[in-house]
Amino acid sequence: MSDDVVIRVESLGKKYLIRQVERERYVALRDVIARTAIGTWRKVTDAVRTRDAPRGSSSEEFWALKGIDFEVNRGEVMGIIGRNGAGKSTLLKILSRITEPSEGRVTINGRVASLLEVGTGFHPELTGRENIYLNGAILGMRRPEIKRKFDEIVAFAEVEKFLDTPVKRYSSGMYVRLAFAVAAHLESEILIVDEVLAVGDAEFQKKCLGKMDEVARGGRTVLFVSHNMPTVRHLCSRAILLAGGHKVFDGSSEATILKYIQATQSGKALKEIQRMIEHFPPDPSFRLHRVDVVQDGMSTVDIINNKPVDIVIEYTVLEEVTGLHVYFLLYDLEGNLLVESLHNGHESGPPVMRLGRYISRGTIPANFLAGRPYELEINAAIHRVRECIPQPTPISFKINVTATGSVNSAYPGYASPGKIAPLFQWGTERL
Amino acid sequence: MTSYDNRIVLEPGRAERHYWRDIWAYRELFAILAWRDVSVRYKQTAVGVAWAVIRPFLTMLVFTVVFGGLANLPSAGAAPYPIMVFAGMLPWFLFSTILSEASGSLVANANLVGKVYFPRIIIPSATAFVALTDFAINLAMLAILMVWYSFIPTWRILLLPAFVALAMLASFGPSLLMTALNVKYRDFRYIIPFIVQFGVYVSPVGFSSAIVPETWRFWYNLNPLVGVIDGFRWCLLQESSSLDPSSFSSALFVTAIFLWIGIFYFRKTERTFADVI
Repeated sequence: MSDDVVIRVESLGKKYLIRQVERERYVALRDVIARTAIGTWRKVTDAVRTRDAPRGSSSEEFWALKGIDFEVNRGEVMGIIGRNGAGKSTLLKILSRITEPSEGRVTINGRVASLLEVGTGFHPELTGRENIYLNGAILGMRRPEIKRKFDEIVAFAEVEKFLDTPVKRYSSGMYVRLAFAVAAHLESEILIVDEVLAVGDAEFQKKCLGKMDEVARGGRTVLFVSHNMPTVRHLCSRAILLAGGHKVFDGSSEATILKYIQATQSGKALKEIQRMIEHFPPDPSFRLHRVDVVQDGMSTVDIINNKPVDIVIEYTVLEEVTGLHVYFLLYDLEGNLLVESLHNGHESGPPVMRLGRYISRGTIPANFLAGRPYELEINAAIHRVRECIPQPTPISFKINVTATGSVNSAYPGYASPGKIAPLFQWGTERL
Repeated sequence: MTSYDNRIVLEPGRAERHYWRDIWAYRELFAILAWRDVSVRYKQTAVGVAWAVIRPFLTMLVFTVVFGGLANLPSAGAAPYPIMVFAGMLPWFLFSTILSEASGSLVANANLVGKVYFPRIIIPSATAFVALTDFAINLAMLAILMVWYSFIPTWRILLLPAFVALAMLASFGPSLLMTALNVKYRDFRYIIPFIVQFGVYVSPVGFSSAIVPETWRFWYNLNPLVGVIDGFRWCLLQESSSLDPSSFSSALFVTAIFLWIGIFYFRKTERTFADVI
């Protein structure tokens, strides 16, 4: 392998059994015993009735990654992009040695530090100072290295006054700052970073980005996963696009992002979404029947912005449950969340949904959206318990909005540059 | 920090060639995890220390009254019954603490296992190390008890560290096995209290090995704790109890077998921990 290639990935694949993908990934011994007993009983009875025993097990294979090939040169900053469930995290987990590939091979030259989560291993009872040492050791730093960087870390996190306070008393902002600060001061030839910049307040995010910039320009090899296209474009010279566990594009970050956006745009039509919904695995308390986007009584994803649009969600609640809500999220095509709206978010207490079939209509008012495409995601969840839509397959599709409304209509040819374009009240008097 | 010699190849089923070297490289993580567990334990609960004192004291009291008093079993030679019980309880509590704490340790640290790489064996090992702190407290209690009875141990006490090491090794094999099984089958933890409860009666904790009939000795000795506890008594008590070579050698043998099984099974399943935890 040439001296310049620090990571080489050859026909890499990772297989999970569906059982492992489901919510309960571990098994109970009693279930294994019970299943074996039942299986044996069936075989015996089948043999008695001279029937063929059913073949194959109940668990299915699922390839989270398949046939991935790429090389990363020393000093390269490479982005990895793709939708949820495309295999990005699995790839990072393999490269970080957390999990083993099922096929193929990875060769890595150099010390790898991976940052898949901010604050891994932080213990709430320990003080800030103690957690710096603990977290540093977990990320693979040596004690002298942490000592040398200690002041820098503390200054970066801005927690000087609270160093000897248990972190359980920290505000969430301080906690995140400290956690990122430790990770940002890792010294390694190769740095693997998963979507960790999406934390903290805007000012701190800026600081983090600056730090990432510094790392990237410092000649280290960086693999960077993000949904935030502007960040990827800013930090990475090159990017690969994953979809359904395959690498579908590899090129300059500019070109890859374009590909990603196009792939999103040619996204699923409502009919496809409907087919997808029908094949969802069952949820004990919730069953989704239909989602729709309706304007002027017509089901359509091409809408105009001077008339209201209804987001329609039809579903059955299978058992009385507190905090169940259906909701929609509106993104721009770069994946930035613009709006989230819950069907019962305005009620006073945690609402109880009783058994039955429901239809919820959320209305986006006229003169609210801008004349641009959006990504609309529809989801359902039980508050603080779980999501009711299987995560790797979000129900999301593109909607195209044509500007016909009154915003800036006085200036023809001038599109409103904002991501949304609500019509605000203005009062102007001549004095 | 520019050592490019550390080249890693990741392939399915590839045994980690540098497994033991890797563990050595992560020794600081081991130390810091052990330190974390100890400091959290004594930070959270003042009761933590009290518990480490009360539990062996009450057990000693009960065993002394039931076995020494009611059943009127003989002590080991000249040693007062409470001291004999305590010398047996030291390794027994070390064993049961390691077994019960280590077996749940990986599941308790699931967030680490899923997000960072390190040799997983570090987590149960660090937990085992933490059990030594309770052991130290118990040892101090034994010292006080010896002063109370004006009981003077012999030079053999110098060999105690060797038997502590043996006790740890004897606990470590079964613990590793339980830890790995517990990741895969979460209901395995229900078995552990049973083992601990059962074990205290088939091990010579409340009584002396001398009362076990000759015909049962072979089976009795297969419990590695027998050799370990006999060894502890041999170290701590006066000339009274002699070291039985057959119980000692079978303890060594069974310990080695369990260690081998434990490490083998742990290493075999370790690679999939992150997928199932």
